[in-house]
Amino acid sequence: MKNVITLKNGSPEHDPSDPWVLLEAGADVMGSDTPIILPFAHWLEHSQARAPDPRQGVLLGPDEDPLRLVPAVSHLPLIALQFPDFRDGRAYSQANLLRLRYGFRGDLRAVGDVLRDQLLLMRHCGFSSFAIREDKPVLDALEGLRGFDEVYARSVANPVPRYRRQSLKPNAHRVSGTD
Amino acid sequence: MYSYNRYDRALVQARVQQFRDQVSRRLSGKLSEEEFLPLRLQNGVYLQRHAYMLRVAIPYGTLSSEQLRTLAEVADRYDRGYGHFTTRQNIQFNWLELEQVPDILQLLADQEMHAIQTSGNCVRNITTEAFAGVAADELIDPRPLAEIMRQWSTANPEFLFLPRKFKIAISSSENDRAAVRAHDIGLYLYRGKSGEHRLRVLVGGGLGRTPVLSQVIREELPWQHLLTYVEAILRVYNRHGRRDNKYKARIKILLRSLGVEAFAREVEAEWALIRDGAGELTREEYERVARDFGPPAYESLDTADMAYGRHLTLSADFARWVETNTHAHKVSGYASVVVSTKAGEGAPPGDLDSDQMRGVAHLADVYGFGEIRVAHEQNLVLPDIRKRDLYMLWQALAELKLATPNIGLLTDVIACPGGDYCSLANTRSLPVAAAIQQRFRDLDLLHDLGSLSLNISGCMNACGHHHIGNIGILGVNKNDEEFFQLTIGGQKGRNSKLGKVIGPAFRAEEVPEAIERLLEAYRQLRETDETFADTVQRVGIGPFRETVYARESVVAGGVS
Repeated sequence: MKNVITLKNGSPEHDPSDPWVLLEAGADVMGSDTPIILPFAHWLEHSQARAPDPRQGVLLGPDEDPLRLVPAVSHLPLIALQFPDFRDGRAYSQANLLRLRYGFRGDLRAVGDVLRDQLLLMRHCGFSSFAIREDKPVLDALEGLRGFDEVYARSVANPVPRYRRQSLKPNAHRVSGTD
Repeated sequence: MYSYNRYDRALVQARVQQFRDQVSRRLSGKLSEEEFLPLRLQNGVYLQRHAYMLRVAIPYGTLSSEQLRTLAEVADRYDRGYGHFTTRQNIQFNWLELEQVPDILQLLADQEMHAIQTSGNCVRNITTEAFAGVAADELIDPRPLAEIMRQWSTANPEFLFLPRKFKIAISSSENDRAAVRAHDIGLYLYRGKSGEHRLRVLVGGGLGRTPVLSQVIREELPWQHLLTYVEAILRVYNRHGRRDNKYKARIKILLRSLGVEAFAREVEAEWALIRDGAGELTREEYERVARDFGPPAYESLDTADMAYGRHLTLSADFARWVETNTHAHKVSGYASVVVSTKAGEGAPPGDLDSDQMRGVAHLADVYGFGEIRVAHEQNLVLPDIRKRDLYMLWQALAELKLATPNIGLLTDVIACPGGDYCSLANTRSLPVAAAIQQRFRDLDLLHDLGSLSLNISGCMNACGHHHIGNIGILGVNKNDEEFFQLTIGGQKGRNSKLGKVIGPAFRAEEVPEAIERLLEAYRQLRETDETFADTVQRVGIGPFRETVYARESVVAGGVS
């Protein structure tokens, strides 16, 4: 994919040689050496017929339930979540579930209407790579991951809410609570 | 009141920088209007009929005198010298240039204020009642949990692009004065059997074009689980709420399509998976926040004050103002004072000019503890006034034209800004409010009519909450002409009810006459000490309809 930003050890970088190709619905999978991202329905067909393939990722639409990926979560190299419109926030919750509830450790990629001003939110919710909308300058989008980035609530990136973190109370010697 | 710590300050300051950058990218064309729109909405900036409007949050309605002076400064420097308080404890400035907004936000941030999430499809300003912490009928002070929710919802990355706006209110008094049942999430805070804090959770309230009162989905929720429970509700909504039609996108529609039991089951199932994790609230955090809401240095006073008693006897005007515009305080010798913004013509409900703002700030310093509240009814409240100072305060407020003794009466009108400002409105609500206030200036009559709420919305988005007014007025536009539909029987509070339309709509100039007949009917029908709402409840709308439409001199507009 073009215009991809990935988090390498936590810091965002433009990756001009990202190998992944988003497969059009209905296109032929066979005979391809490049890693491909399959639409969910397509992937479902293939994953049952074959052994796990490190060159196959899956694209989940906003109305598809991430629960259905659970059997494959441990070996999927990449899950892409679709933002059909940047104002459609369903993928934030899907990302949260994939990371915190279903334990997905691979690359979680934002695709679709992915824009600079939402990247911080995506990172908080567990996305690790961002396919910036192709008409947008990727280096400009990188700026979206810089600057102040702390929230009160817990998130995938900050699993402990602000008030349970020691730094809030420099004089406190203990952290109370049950976690 | 809550004062920011290092982190709270850093967040609002960073937010100003972020928005300044976004505005400059918008102005240079790097950001399209479409991309910019949700960003500016999440920072409180609307494009209205004539100019940009900025909606500033007044979280749970609490302001310091210094903050009110800052709002006066914004009104003078950037607006036309006034501001408009809304029904959800915000203030709006109407005549701004986009370029100025970052500077305004900077001024606000320096005084621990912001406009974050006062608009957009996200969790809005958390509201409660104006007498929180001081009301005699209060069970538990709701402000610490309101502040905790403010923090939790601010920039919460998962929930900034919800299907639609999301409003949360909390109340903890015998009487709900926060319109809790008209909110997406409404919370009643109370004491459980052994005194512990518990919450009743209601979901799916909202007015607008599909008015619905919220329904209980959870009883006896321990306070520690507030945030995880709200998180569970929001996650269910974010994933399953409709996004194909903005008029069917509020959580009330999801609740209706699933049914309340199925919806509650979804929420409980989600909550079961997150309730005992790091998201659980700690007592330490509750206490850290609650400390800031501790009682001010009240004097130990007698309930009765000689001089106060004498003024009450000697001045009927003062006594009348005390009767309507003060509210029982939990501390002996004190009262809360409601500052009426509804002086009548030339004073649109909720509007205050900058001199009045500075005046009220000064009075809060002189007679109170430097604190001011904003009420759902678009009035201000001075929460802690010694009864012995009430007479002086009354005189000072009268000089500011803020002592109209009409709180809770017919002319204490709630109204949206309407077509004079708002680009959504299709009728002008303010002239109707003014005409009614003009017609019913006789204080004896007003007091005789007693407790009566009148709400006006300039369009079906219902920002004036007309559905829950005892008398509701809704502006509708037909063939480019403004008509106004009357509903009666609405009620807010714990026994909320939606009003019913009484018949064909009226032209603007006919509205005061129609109201007059409505009230005539009430005076004929009422039993001793029966309020307007109770009378409607007892006899139904039929007798009212008959009187209102009886004579031929009122030509109904023909829109129903």
